[in-house]
Amino acid sequence: MNDTAPSQSQPTGVIAPRIDRPGFFTRLLHWLIDDPIAAIGLAVLIVIFSCAIFADQIAPYDPTLQDYAAMLEPPSSAHLLGTDDLGRDVFSRLIHGATASVYAAVLAVGVATALGVPVGLIAGYTGGWVDEVISRILDTFLSFPAIVLAIAVTGVLGIGLTNAMLSVGIVFAPQLARLVRARALVLKQELYVEASQCFGASSGWILLRHILPNAIQPVLVQITLLMAVALLAEASLSFLGLGMQPPDPSWGSMIARAYIYAQISPAQMYAPGIAILVTALAFNTVGESLREALDPTSRH
Amino acid sequence: MLNTVQRKMLTRRLLQAIPVLLLATFSVFMLLKLLPGDVAITLAGENATVERIEEIRRLKGLDQPLIVQYGQWVWGAVQGDLSESLLSGEPVATTLARVFPNTLFIVLYAVTLSVLIGVPLGILAASRSGGFSDKLVMVLSSVGVALPNFWIAMIFVVVFALNRSWFPATGFVSPFENPLEALWYATLPAVALAASGMAEVARQLRSSLVETLHSQHFRTLHAKGLPFRSILWKHGLRNVSVNLLTVISLLINRTLAATVVVEIVFAIPGMGNTIVNATLQRDFPVVQGAVLVMVVTVITVNLITDVLYSILDPRIAQR
Repeated sequence: MNDTAPSQSQPTGVIAPRIDRPGFFTRLLHWLIDDPIAAIGLAVLIVIFSCAIFADQIAPYDPTLQDYAAMLEPPSSAHLLGTDDLGRDVFSRLIHGATASVYAAVLAVGVATALGVPVGLIAGYTGGWVDEVISRILDTFLSFPAIVLAIAVTGVLGIGLTNAMLSVGIVFAPQLARLVRARALVLKQELYVEASQCFGASSGWILLRHILPNAIQPVLVQITLLMAVALLAEASLSFLGLGMQPPDPSWGSMIARAYIYAQISPAQMYAPGIAILVTALAFNTVGESLREALDPTSRH
Repeated sequence: MLNTVQRKMLTRRLLQAIPVLLLATFSVFMLLKLLPGDVAITLAGENATVERIEEIRRLKGLDQPLIVQYGQWVWGAVQGDLSESLLSGEPVATTLARVFPNTLFIVLYAVTLSVLIGVPLGILAASRSGGFSDKLVMVLSSVGVALPNFWIAMIFVVVFALNRSWFPATGFVSPFENPLEALWYATLPAVALAASGMAEVARQLRSSLVETLHSQHFRTLHAKGLPFRSILWKHGLRNVSVNLLTVISLLINRTLAATVVVEIVFAIPGMGNTIVNATLQRDFPVVQGAVLVMVVTVITVNLITDVLYSILDPRIAQR
């Protein structure tokens, strides 16, 4: 009798049946098996991020160490990708260049997310004149060519990678804000949001608990795609001499320097360019694949 | 040509552009205000006396409230007065009037190439959706979008100018002086810019065309026995023409920004070289004027696109 007693006291019909959803890692694995190209892209990104974090351990030489006895040397076993015009090891500079690129992309996209997401949430959820004013401001910032504004702002704030990428982030923010605004506009009419309002939940709670989690998927996709754009922007700014300052290496500044010696040693400018191309391609591939995985209607 | 609805829409769009323009010009104006330190001291140069600094402050209207200063600056800009370069003393408007057409020429050349190559590629990919040519076009366009265009520009210089001398490595000839030679000089920069442009056009066109061709309306046309060729050319392309317009207008704006970097590789006397050199030499009136011209160009392109939309697709005007 004692065995059956607890079951009688259990409430029935109140607790919703538990749906067995596969865990995060199972879904991740399924996604990568379904799309092997995205898996390659993700692997490339893991390698690049590892290079960026562990550059000191991986690079065989100090990237700023000059060796005047070995200038503009072709690739050899001592220098896998040869040496530059100051006798610095190109391979080591390439590895350390990943640090600059990853830092730049994360900083710009981080700033864009921190600014864009809250603004988009507020505009979409509040509506009315607030939305109208914010939308006009977003329109304005969307009409600034990113690179041009970044050049001007770095000129004013002072030349350097951090200032350059902060301004790129500001220019990117409206793209995320627009996306989040559009999602918030739709989501605020959902039944669960209305129910929450009826229970007297505050706007801040509804935005954080209901709107944001449901708007996050397209934001994730856009963030991945923006990483590629930020990476290319960093390369362009460093190429122009407005980003990473010598002697510290960045892929863009390596190309700029190699171009001066293009006639003597054209191979110098290939490695950093390919590094930029492959990394941007990897971000785009993962982003596009995420978009398809999260929104099956976009697949053709 | 325009009916009442379209005229109304046009008026509304023009009115909407005004706050955007005001806000954009205000942001550009504020750029100089971000400068650490006192602009009057910078303008007066080193070892200036206190009286001289005060005089400059009065002359430049720097003692006025911010909003008055902005008003004066905009009023000057509308009349073509963008102040003078701190280095050469040349009026900024004169400098920009000289270099802007060069940039515009390269941008239009690159966009034309992107459309001429990107559209057929997009159609090819969409008509063989899932096949080998589709996959090839998609791979090429993925690479094109991820290419740093200043890098591909340099490779072009090394391969086609330094090694083979088919094209000049650097320099620029104005299309007003010698159109043929201008095209010859601008070809490498334009192709370098078009590498990502055509990829973007092909990609976007393919995706909207595939979507259109999969719609119910096209299944019906197919069921009625219309040959695929006529479905694609007569119905499919007409339906995606509005999307193509968006892509082209975005492309013009994006190419305008990308030219800034590519101009440096080819030493083209355009907006890019002007902005970058002015920034490196801290010649702020030039930076401010150049950014202003770029932003106003983008806003104008967007406005023209909106108007063209409503002509191509009357449904948009009614919204």
